[in-house]
Amino acid sequence: MSGAVAAPKRGGMGLAASRRRRRLWVLLLCGLGLGAAAALALTAFRDNLVFFRSPSDIVAMPAPDGRAFRLGGLVEAGSVVRDGAEARFRVTDGAHTIAVSYRGVLPDLFREGQGVVALGKLGPDGHFTASEVLARHDESYMPPEVKDALERSGHWNPEQGAPPPASGWNTMQPRTGG
Amino acid sequence: MAGRILGHGRAAPICGDGPPGLALHQFQRTPGRAKPPAPPRDRGAALRPWLPGRPALTTAAPLLHRFANPGRFLRATARLMPWLWGLSLAVLLPAAGWALLASPADWQQGETVRIMYVHVPMAWLAMSGYAGLAIASLLALVWKHPLADLAARELSPVGAVATALCLATGSLWGRPMWGTWWAWDARMTSVLVLFFLWVGHAAITRAFEDEERGARVGAILALVGVVNLPIVKFSVDWWNTLHQPASVARIEGPSMHISMLGPLLACAIGFSLLFGTLVLARVRAAVMERRVQALELARAREADRAPAPEAVPA
Repeated sequence: MSGAVAAPKRGGMGLAASRRRRRLWVLLLCGLGLGAAAALALTAFRDNLVFFRSPSDIVAMPAPDGRAFRLGGLVEAGSVVRDGAEARFRVTDGAHTIAVSYRGVLPDLFREGQGVVALGKLGPDGHFTASEVLARHDESYMPPEVKDALERSGHWNPEQGAPPPASGWNTMQPRTGG
Repeated sequence: MAGRILGHGRAAPICGDGPPGLALHQFQRTPGRAKPPAPPRDRGAALRPWLPGRPALTTAAPLLHRFANPGRFLRATARLMPWLWGLSLAVLLPAAGWALLASPADWQQGETVRIMYVHVPMAWLAMSGYAGLAIASLLALVWKHPLADLAARELSPVGAVATALCLATGSLWGRPMWGTWWAWDARMTSVLVLFFLWVGHAAITRAFEDEERGARVGAILALVGVVNLPIVKFSVDWWNTLHQPASVARIEGPSMHISMLGPLLACAIGFSLLFGTLVLARVRAAVMERRVQALELARAREADRAPAPEAVPA
């Protein structure tokens, strides 16, 4: 910094400008390095950063015996059986399906066709025993009238999973009571 | 020269240990001197007549440096403040009414969906505010903009509050809908990191005896933290999470019915105006605080220099 003081007044502007440019380059290079390091770290830990594993993931790479993990997917239509405090249902991702049993209170959003994340262990018989079931809300938001209109017109059955593409309904004006 | 060394070559130190004459001159500029006749070419120097030998910083950001003058900044924003407060309330109150009373409930979330009208604007502000913090930090580190340090310092507590509100409302929303207050998924964890960055910046800029040094450490922290912004934004796309993917900023268009999207955007505009107004009010208060400090310092020096009447032997 002593250079700033020693520099003659005349050359001040060029010096200041070059110092600004140098600082900018140093910061840009640091940012580039940091970004690259972060990208590498995130790629390396990719498998640990997921919150849940889908039935297909589990079929492709089964978890070690007796180890708890989270299973995520849609509750298969027509699979929910409530038996006292116990609920049995199947979780699917379209390609594979895993049977789940859970004893406890299910979240309000739990229903067939809804996304769920279940924490538990996979038995040797391929049956998943959950100790916790969370509901997963998807990204669609619609008033009841729009949902009813979609259902009536046969465009969507909520039990089958996610709604149709948003452009088909996000400006829909359903006739009330119609 | 001392001010220049301590100020690390900044154009106009807001508060520095420079010669008292310089500091006083800077803070006591009368409105009449605001427009000295100057040829358009040498504009930068004309704006800082108290630093006759300084080169003009016209190369990088002349517009930004117009407001490097604290007096000019205070005068320009004084007229703006009542309008900004008024506009914030004029947008936010009807938006809140629209969101809480006049918009429909969700078909499966019911009335709980109204938490969204606070949660989502706070999340957007937490991230866009952080982008603002990073820009201010870059301006402070590279161009030594004198108000950028202050803006960053005053921005971080407000950003921390917005992020805290985002986390709190998310937790209150998650409990009835998902069935849990908190989950360590990528979205929630990265937003928690964002909150720690905000709080860390607010704390570290105030942790040094030398404000200048605190501001520099804070600016570096803020810029390092930028790496977290894309992680927050894309966490829901890169990894599977309990948190839903984006509903509004989607290539295929918003997956939110227009009757909910309208009040959400209105609330977002209202909260953004309020956020900006709060930050501006804080920066103004900080500039005025430093003016008072500079004046008190100058008065104390004046008193030191003048011989005390008691000390003179009779």
